[in-house]
Amino acid sequence: MTSVAEGVGVTATELLTVVASRELAGRHTVFAGIGLPTLAVSLASMTTEPNLEIVYESGVCGAHPSHLPETIADSVLITGAEAVLSMPVLFGYVLQGGHIDVGFLGAAQIDRWGNLNSSVIGPWENPKVRLPGSGGAVEVAANSKEVFVVMRRHDARTFVESLDFCTSPGPDRALAEGGRVRGAGVTKVVTELGILTRSGVHDELKLSAVHEGVSVDHVLANTGWDLKVAEDLRVTPAPTAEELRLLRTEIDPRRVYLR
Amino acid sequence: MTIQASATPPKAAPTTKDKTLSMKEAISRYVHDGDVVAIEGFTHAIPTAAGHEIIRQRRKNLTLVRMTADIVADQMLAGGCIATLVSSFVGNSSAGSLGEIRRRIERADPEPLDYQEYSHYGMICRYLAGAQRLPFYPLRSYFGSDLPRIQQGMRKVTSPFPDDDGAFEEIYVVPPINPDVAIVHAQRADRSGNVQMWGLTGIQAEAVFSAKRAIVVVEEVVDDDVIRADPNRTVIPALAVDAVVECPGATHPSFSQGYSDRDNDFYRAWSGISGDKTLLSAWMEEWIYGTADHTEYLAKLGSSTLSRLGVGQALSGRINYGTRLEPALDADDHVKESK
Repeated sequence: MTSVAEGVGVTATELLTVVASRELAGRHTVFAGIGLPTLAVSLASMTTEPNLEIVYESGVCGAHPSHLPETIADSVLITGAEAVLSMPVLFGYVLQGGHIDVGFLGAAQIDRWGNLNSSVIGPWENPKVRLPGSGGAVEVAANSKEVFVVMRRHDARTFVESLDFCTSPGPDRALAEGGRVRGAGVTKVVTELGILTRSGVHDELKLSAVHEGVSVDHVLANTGWDLKVAEDLRVTPAPTAEELRLLRTEIDPRRVYLR
Repeated sequence: MTIQASATPPKAAPTTKDKTLSMKEAISRYVHDGDVVAIEGFTHAIPTAAGHEIIRQRRKNLTLVRMTADIVADQMLAGGCIATLVSSFVGNSSAGSLGEIRRRIERADPEPLDYQEYSHYGMICRYLAGAQRLPFYPLRSYFGSDLPRIQQGMRKVTSPFPDDDGAFEEIYVVPPINPDVAIVHAQRADRSGNVQMWGLTGIQAEAVFSAKRAIVVVEEVVDDDVIRADPNRTVIPALAVDAVVECPGATHPSFSQGYSDRDNDFYRAWSGISGDKTLLSAWMEEWIYGTADHTEYLAKLGSSTLSRLGVGQALSGRINYGTRLEPALDADDHVKESK
């Protein structure tokens, strides 16, 4: 068995995965895509939260894959799964029906209220960069009890004062338009620099943790708005030897996602 | 081309007639210039070969409706087939981006694209409304989003029914979509179009029911007995299907659960191919215009790629549908009993 010294040679992806997995303690049903969120869910189910269930956007529940899946629709997710649902059942009954505790989302831009842009950089009508768009993100944001966001890059171009376009709004924007709110919206943002948290409606994202070796000033300088710092700011505990061992030798030994 | 748009045949009746056609015939008969064409398959079971045949037959000004506009959409755009794209995700899965879609939207190169952006559940609800011939379908999305600002197909209505607190809720609705033709892929069907599908069934049934005509591409056409041995696996009944096209391997580079696996190498390569206009047009010449049909495309792909995409066996369990223990009535008994 490989022995791994704590904190030694930990990659950014490993750190993000470990941090995200710890945040899943106490949650049950997670809606996630492939990649870092899947690794985080796998790790959490081996450490902090053995009862976690992952629901994939392709319609698979209770997957028991023989190989590490490459996409949300990988054939190895279907063979041996507990259930495979059609799109109306997945999005209508499972997600809109209120069965999801945590939805994992990524985005190109996020603002202080946890509103997300995954559509365009620049004006929508004449974009500088056309991004993939919502997929199911609008629905995940509107219907999950809470949303976790993983952002590899933490800089003033991704953490912005004002989004170029709001694809998936948080509850405050929804309320402002007269909508009804079901979940808390984004409650955790895990980045390469630290963790931002938000309690729910009317609260804004605050810096609640910095990773080892990262200064608060560095985070503030790389955030496009006047980021508030939590009074009980902490330093993220380094990944433990056991967390790294599970990730490296059991979850993603071929390092498909652990770049 | 043999049949024009004016000669559209009536909606298929629930008979056991033979609806099998070649891909060439099916596209020629049911896909016309200017049509609204839904091609569905959520990463699984994408009927790519039908998109290729549409390109070969040089259809123009199509509106493509597709939740996840991925490689086949990029190829049809490169083939000059599409004027309008209705979609909720324009990306090459997790493997990179789509060069042609991005050039069309970001630079109007070689011409602008009318892009109608939705979210996944917005598209699902449009199909649900279309399949049921409803005027709209409600969903709990879009409050606070910028999408309704750029998308006329997202509007608010007020529920006529009070909630528990006596308030009348406002909710967004989306309009139905009723494509001229829907094209989906499945593992198998009988000749009349009873379609059996397993694995990710996505939005295929709703797409077929929403459309005026439906083409189903299958890995294999099977005997009626095979279908009737497991009727619950029939996801789309024959009454909704106009053409059955047997085309093994039609999903490449996508996959067909139990028949062939996903060609992840191809997905990863597509960003590079489509990102360079010269490479892309060479690819289109070689692989689509340069092949007469999908059989030639697969032959060109070669046996080593095809065997790399082969799959092993994981058979489903068997269930008992049951039979009545009394002797079955024969035709004479029916006559006697009715006297």
